[in-house]
Amino acid sequence: MSDVALVSSPNVGIAKPEESKKYVNELTTLNLGPTHPATHGIFQNILTMDGETIIDSEQTVGYIHRAFEKIAERRPLYQITTLTDRMNYCSSPINNMGWHMTVEKLLGIEVPKRAQYMRVIMMELARIADHIICNSILAVDTGAMTGFLYVMQWRENIYEIYEELCGARLTTNMGRFGGMERDFSAEAIRKIKHFLSEFPKALREFESMVKRNRIFMDRTIGVGGISGERALNYGFTGPNLRAAGIDYDVRAMNPYSSYEDFEFDVPVGTTGDTYDRFLVRGEEMWQSLRIIQQAMDNLPEGPYHADAPHYYLPPKQEVYRNMEALIYHFKIVMGEIDAPVGEVYHSVEGGNGELGFYLVSDGGRTPYRLKFRRPCYIYYQAFPEMIKGSTLSDAIITMSSMNVIAGELDT
Amino acid sequence: MSDRTIKTVEAPQGLEGQGFFAAKLDDLVGLARANSLWPLPFATSCCGIEFMATMASHYDLARFGAERISFSARQADVLMVMGTIAKKMAPVVKQVYLQMAEPRWVMAVGACASSGGVFDTYSVLQGIDRIIPVDVYVPGCPPRPEQILDGFMQIQELAKTEQRRRRESPEYKALLNSYGIE
Amino acid sequence: MTNEQIAQDLVSKFGEDKIYGIVENYGLLNVTTSVDTIVPLLHYLYQHPTFKFQFLTDLGGIHFPDAVGQELGVIYHLHSLENNVRLIIKLYVPIESPVVPTITKLYAAADWMEREAFDFYGILFEGHPNLKRILNTDDMDYHPMRKEYPMEDATRQDKIDALFGR
Repeated sequence: MSDVALVSSPNVGIAKPEESKKYVNELTTLNLGPTHPATHGIFQNILTMDGETIIDSEQTVGYIHRAFEKIAERRPLYQITTLTDRMNYCSSPINNMGWHMTVEKLLGIEVPKRAQYMRVIMMELARIADHIICNSILAVDTGAMTGFLYVMQWRENIYEIYEELCGARLTTNMGRFGGMERDFSAEAIRKIKHFLSEFPKALREFESMVKRNRIFMDRTIGVGGISGERALNYGFTGPNLRAAGIDYDVRAMNPYSSYEDFEFDVPVGTTGDTYDRFLVRGEEMWQSLRIIQQAMDNLPEGPYHADAPHYYLPPKQEVYRNMEALIYHFKIVMGEIDAPVGEVYHSVEGGNGELGFYLVSDGGRTPYRLKFRRPCYIYYQAFPEMIKGSTLSDAIITMSSMNVIAGELDT
Repeated sequence: MSDRTIKTVEAPQGLEGQGFFAAKLDDLVGLARANSLWPLPFATSCCGIEFMATMASHYDLARFGAERISFSARQADVLMVMGTIAKKMAPVVKQVYLQMAEPRWVMAVGACASSGGVFDTYSVLQGIDRIIPVDVYVPGCPPRPEQILDGFMQIQELAKTEQRRRRESPEYKALLNSYGIE
Repeated sequence: MTNEQIAQDLVSKFGEDKIYGIVENYGLLNVTTSVDTIVPLLHYLYQHPTFKFQFLTDLGGIHFPDAVGQELGVIYHLHSLENNVRLIIKLYVPIESPVVPTITKLYAAADWMEREAFDFYGILFEGHPNLKRILNTDDMDYHPMRKEYPMEDATRQDKIDALFGR
């Protein structure tokens, strides 16, 4: 046992200001946050600055800690879906369906192909909505408000598609254990097709305005970079890791919900800087459109939910007329049905990276322990290292391009 | 665009004659205030994203005289608290409120800001009205942009009809004192 | 590279008394280890020429009030990105002295994860550079995720009701 040599990862820890080093100016302490328009959420950064240069930064998080994991220990499985909505609220359907797939894995429910394809469509729409916000806000932070207004209009269209499926815009609570709550209506299909044909124009317009814009490039290239090695060591996942040149994508590596049926590329960057993160997110939107197109073209016929009456909520019309449906509805909603004993980990590719659910069930009505692997929480700790030595304005766009979502970070 | 008529607000009740218009000062001040309220978005979570939609092109909060989003508390008129306020965040909300100049209005957007919402937990403040007085509550989790607009219009209505001396009245002072604000 | 191979390799390297509780949950290998083995074990897995468990997916605490002497647990999720194999390592410590060595020297990502486990469960990570509360306020005097503490906000009066009470 003792013959294992202990290695140290490269450059572990954040360097503190060295006493002996000479600074140009007197060091100042600058408090950024917790409420600040440029932080896109509530995080506090106490920066030590030498003039305009950041020497060191200390982060404080937890300003919207809502104790999700504690609540999850008191709620039946169904009621946890609403909690997952409120984690990464920019892409709620991905969270919902990741949670549903975790529970389906525990319960052993086989989801029909049509429902899997429907899930893929909704998850990719959610990914587009997520990346739209991140990229357009990044443009706003570099001074281009117009792009934000262009593409936000299309996020509204995505919300309208959500509304067709579940009636809600943001916190969707979409789907059920075993499939979807309802099939695509004719209107939903029309809206998705409209989105597929029209959104590329808006996206192209947005990209043509920003992508090769001299100001934007000067502001973002070489800013807030991180090497692939460091990114892995910091537990980066998602677009931020791929921008650093590592092609880890849960959809491609461990396909779930029939992702293996679709052809898509995993875009990677090289330097892991803000511009690369922007490009990776931009390209992922195109790939998402490609996946949605394929799923719409090959949408299989058949049922849209599994035949699992103990876990799948019966349709509301049935509940009013049919006694069995009423009983099952009551039992499911009140959490009268126990989950089997087991431990399951499932992860999906969320808007920001690997979103994992580690569920420990002791056979009761609620999980014994539910641990959310929130990508934001894990990669945000690299922020001080990424902004060290850069200017304050660079720190702002680094944070905005990392897409740190406070709700997901603090649960 | 040319066929659209520009709608202006109606003049308050008053006496009109050749070359003059006399009305109550309260009404005129209220009219001016109500149509140029500068909101301070205190967005913490999901409701903040809906506020972004409210502000953006589709719903366009600017139509109600809130074009200028004031991120500085000193110049803001309406504090819009959107999202969960954890106990760790509560002193910050109060500080922001104290930094605002009178007259100030507070709008609690969403279930969490109004009452703690579904998060009845050890770490969440059960409604911001435990630390600061609230004028308008907007229900919803999150509220739709239309609801946020409606809440904003309620604030406008309050601003329009407010007595000019209300902020100096003993009742208002007593209200603030009950929150520990001098 | 299968789960059996990994389990066999670990047992032959560290011995059966250090690597036990080997189960497979939904295709995911779980092993349990002791407090003094965890750091060499993780370093071994990190440097192993074929396994290369170089990605720390997650780290979290867990509380079993009824398991005497093993009340608190730490669960490590490792991922070998080259082989696409995941591994879960668990260890348990008594609640009276929940001391676990830190792994921040190996994984920078473990910094906040360990702080969270400390905040929620009071697990003390020995050698951690900055072990203090992360999500809760600093003046909190208990570790809220332990099973004995209530979820609800104690200051709330309106829900104490005969009909709609908690």
